[in-house]
Amino acid sequence: MAVLKMKFTQQRRVRLAQGLWLLSWLAVTCGAFIFSLGVYIKIELLRRDEVMENKEIHCVPNLLMMVGLASIGANWVASRVCQDSLDASRFPRWKVLLLLWFAVAALLCCLLLTVVILSYALQGRLEESLKVGLRNGIRFYKDTDVPGRCFQKETIDRLQMEFRCCGNNNFKDWFEVQWVSNRYLDFTSQEVKDRIRSNVDGRYLLDGVPFSCCNPASPRPCLQRHLTDSRAHYNYEYQSEELNLYSRGCRQALTDYYMSLMNSTGPGVLSVILIQISVLLSMRYLQTAVEGAMALESPEGESEGYILEKGVKETYADMKAKAVELLKFAQVDPASDGEGGEEGEKEADATEKAATPTPAS
Amino acid sequence: MALMVVKFDLKKRVKLAQTVWFMYWFAVLAGILVLSLGLFFKIELRKRSELMDNNESHFLPNLLITMGLIACGINAFGGKVCYDSLDPLKFAKWKPVLKSFLVFCLGFNALLVVTSLLCFVMRIPLQFTLAEGLKNGMKYYKDTDTPGRCYMKRTLDLMQMEFRCCGNDNYRDWFEIQWVSNRYLDFSSKEVKDRIGSNVDGQYLMDGVPFSCCNPSSPRPCIQYQMTNNSAHYSYDHYTEELNVWRRGCRDALLSYYGGIMNTIGALVFLVTVLEVAVTVGLQYVDTSLSTLSNPEDIESESEGFLLEKTVKETFTDIMAKMKSMGKGAKVEEGGEEGVATVS
Repeated sequence: MAVLKMKFTQQRRVRLAQGLWLLSWLAVTCGAFIFSLGVYIKIELLRRDEVMENKEIHCVPNLLMMVGLASIGANWVASRVCQDSLDASRFPRWKVLLLLWFAVAALLCCLLLTVVILSYALQGRLEESLKVGLRNGIRFYKDTDVPGRCFQKETIDRLQMEFRCCGNNNFKDWFEVQWVSNRYLDFTSQEVKDRIRSNVDGRYLLDGVPFSCCNPASPRPCLQRHLTDSRAHYNYEYQSEELNLYSRGCRQALTDYYMSLMNSTGPGVLSVILIQISVLLSMRYLQTAVEGAMALESPEGESEGYILEKGVKETYADMKAKAVELLKFAQVDPASDGEGGEEGEKEADATEKAATPTPAS
Repeated sequence: MALMVVKFDLKKRVKLAQTVWFMYWFAVLAGILVLSLGLFFKIELRKRSELMDNNESHFLPNLLITMGLIACGINAFGGKVCYDSLDPLKFAKWKPVLKSFLVFCLGFNALLVVTSLLCFVMRIPLQFTLAEGLKNGMKYYKDTDTPGRCYMKRTLDLMQMEFRCCGNDNYRDWFEIQWVSNRYLDFSSKEVKDRIGSNVDGQYLMDGVPFSCCNPSSPRPCIQYQMTNNSAHYSYDHYTEELNVWRRGCRDALLSYYGGIMNTIGALVFLVTVLEVAVTVGLQYVDTSLSTLSNPEDIESESEGFLLEKTVKETFTDIMAKMKSMGKGAKVEEGGEEGVATVS
């Protein structure tokens, strides 16, 4: 009992081939879209490479690019098959390739689905990577004279200004780190000596933040130093001041940005999966319908198209039997090199004898 | 003696019509391009209209939008005429309109050239508007509690950060105005009283700049206050310090930004003009080649296409004569009436 059988007249077959040809070109554009999406996400991730500690999240755009290219190739092949499908002399050469094509198309759909799942699942890893990367960035902010780290200050400043954030979790992260380089500290001054002695590591810590934390929307000029001291500034209350600095942490800001980027691509990827599945099903119908027509005496007559020749259970049992046979032949051949040659032949005869009654039944 | 005569047989006529039809579709796209350029420029001006005192002239973007729309219209019409030119029946209904349409196209092309020139010239009034607007903007920086001006601080800060500039000409412009609101000044403190007493207008002036002037590329944390006092900061010399704040003035920065936009738009409009002239010439050839068939009944016969029926001089004298005769006709009528009046 074939699965989802449909009758196809010659005209319907022609229509199916034409429709599938158009659909496969649409799928090619979708493949190009997926590829360019992968490229865009990769570029965005690379731009902030300096504040990310590991590159695990890069597997999402890499996978998208691979799948995009493979999908372009596979759907181009599908359009060629469509063009040849109505010509009985040229269609048979695609027979073997079609099996491979079905496997590739199914694999592409599965990969696209994994990409969507991965983009949600990797959020935790992305946050971890950003946490460590930003912590290092803030620690090395002052090292503008150390080769390899001299751009950290500029990177962190621009990041904070662009994403409107301050520090890792919030602005207090800057209080725990020395972010003023020693080159600009007057070690003879009493204030500097006091601050350095006030903590175990001998660091110059202050309750101040860099200028890039300042919020332009604040009604008063930015207060950067002595933030915890309400008396240091006129008409200033540390606990209730909200607009002076950016209140969001950069880790949160960056995670939100990347998550929204990947989530917004979700619907696009899902619709591409749907298009790919419909190309796959239509190709199967076309293949079976054209093969059925070629087997008929009059090639212009009706033929049947189906998804599976037998029911799902029977197809599964058939495939299992085929796989077992292949394994058996593989096992028999090495054994037949030695003494087991005769035995192997006998076994082969036995299987042949067993195989011959079945067509008659 | 016609100008630039070209002989045409049927195949050549068909090819000409197809080419001109194709070019007309490009010209429609070019018209859409001019329209979108005008819209883009208008939006850019609106975005920063606060910095120009809401005084900026929208004449140029409006002109670009109008020209873009007209270009789309006449190019679509021209394409339709070319498409119909291969069928003599359909072409016959367009024939009477064609001459005036071509004259209109000529006028439109001249206007396009003028627009392109304007794009390069309008830089100068924009310069003055920007200078005035920025000066006022800095004056209202501190007025974050005055309705209507409360967003000037944010606008200026964001602009200085985006365009990497400070002040009008340079950062010293901030030294000459009070940019700290009185609400945040402790008038009982000695320092504030000194500063206010030090100038005629009683303004709180200081040698400091807002945070948005800071340059992130500087190796040291930004020095915003007491900038001219070398002893206030360790290892600091304000004469040699270059990376601390942005050195460029915002007027220069904005002007070069808008100047760049206008130059690009001017160049693109000029290219569109060249395309328009080409399609007008093409349509003239299509029209003349179909009107000078050696055998009017046989469409396969040969014909001639030309740019102008007579030479340039003769065409010019013809036009002058026509205008004179129109003028004389009016005068004769007036003279006749007067004559009648005197006789009676």
